[in-house]
Amino acid sequence: MSDTLAPTHRFPFVQPNGDPLVPVPSPGSERVARITLPTGREAWLVSHHDDVRQLLRSPDFSSDFSHPLFPLLREAPLLDESRRAGFFIGMDAPDHTMFRRFLTPEFMIKAMRRLEPLIRETVVESIESMRAAGSPADLVEWFALPVPSMIICHLLGVPYSDHAFFQQRSRTLLNRKSSMPELRAAGDELRGYLADLVAVKQRDGGTDDLLGRLAVERVATGEITAQELVGISVLLLVAGHETTANMIGLGTLVLLRHPDQLAQLRERPELIDGAVEELLRYLTIVRTGLPRLAVADTEIGGQVIRAGEGAIALLSAANRDPEAFARPDEFDLHRAAHSHMAFGFGVHQCIGQPLARSELRIAFAELTTRLPGLALAGDQTDLVFRDSTVFGVERLPVTW
Amino acid sequence: MSEVPAMRVEVDREACCGSGNCVMAAPDVFDQHESDGLVVLLLPEPPPELHDAVRQAVHLCPAGAITVAG
Repeated sequence: MSDTLAPTHRFPFVQPNGDPLVPVPSPGSERVARITLPTGREAWLVSHHDDVRQLLRSPDFSSDFSHPLFPLLREAPLLDESRRAGFFIGMDAPDHTMFRRFLTPEFMIKAMRRLEPLIRETVVESIESMRAAGSPADLVEWFALPVPSMIICHLLGVPYSDHAFFQQRSRTLLNRKSSMPELRAAGDELRGYLADLVAVKQRDGGTDDLLGRLAVERVATGEITAQELVGISVLLLVAGHETTANMIGLGTLVLLRHPDQLAQLRERPELIDGAVEELLRYLTIVRTGLPRLAVADTEIGGQVIRAGEGAIALLSAANRDPEAFARPDEFDLHRAAHSHMAFGFGVHQCIGQPLARSELRIAFAELTTRLPGLALAGDQTDLVFRDSTVFGVERLPVTW
Repeated sequence: MSEVPAMRVEVDREACCGSGNCVMAAPDVFDQHESDGLVVLLLPEPPPELHDAVRQAVHLCPAGAITVAG
């Protein structure tokens, strides 16, 4: 089966002149397609909903991106040990399990519910600041980016006043066009900044925030090193604001492009939970998928993927699989979209998803009720979408 | 009238990755422990009206940590 030479497609696929909100379909007809990554290495592309579930939940696929055969999408500057410390997204059990366990109480649903009054306050203040600045305004600048940035700063114990510094470096790290020196510099600067912060938390004997708690409960006890805590903090800081920011920006765009559904959401606020799940499914902002390395021969979707071969789990395609979701390219907030995999699947599934859901729910609810006249401003053909690991819109001019 | 078969739920805390998806799907049956955030089984034999929610929790669990019999 795997010995037949299937045509190879260059990945990631380029968006033709269609709607950027519709993910680019796989060009081949094979269920599991052969692709060539930008590094020149070949891998398998898995895009059906059932197959992606199987792949991401299987212990036969490794997340260890330091492995020489790992199907990276670009040369990675993270391969030496000091840069990789604590970066548990690229680890397997038991290391991944240990780091993840330290964080599960910090992000559990109850903890996020306790945070909701602060999220609401932050959302309302941001809307009021934007309103005070006057219409039209860029929703990304005034709302979508600051809200999750302020919340993750509060949670981690990072001063929000440093937001310009870490936002700019985060963007460089996620931008697929960044050069190796740019990536290395951005990563090292972010790590240096957070190393200083962790040192202060250790000296001060534990502040009441995630980094302060881990500094006392895990670093002081010798369970992890300060360098590993720095790695954890880089991961949480970058993932904690860029992803949600892009979901708020793009989600607002989708709601404004579906005025009948937006009107229903305004009339029936209880629809918000379903709307958030559908936005997550419809947008699936991690557009380049999740890479994995087979460590045992495994059949996925009729294709044997052999140990040592790479596979990309294309979440955006799985979330538009007609076998899993009827009329998948339609945005329908009445759809029960809970089985989407916008947060990934398997033991690496986004640990911040309860936080993201709380933020998205509150952000869209307050935005739609407080600005009933919210509308897109300017020429829609001017919208610039970001070619990044995390899909987004650069600016979203709105009036109200 | 056909009787709804009993359902027995089991959770594997070792496998649990603390996603909280089970709590979202069936909050009467599952919770997360305050100290470690991992799954706590509240109702090992949930009543029939909760069976669909439990099946959804099984489906949504990213770690495959929930099993049902019956």
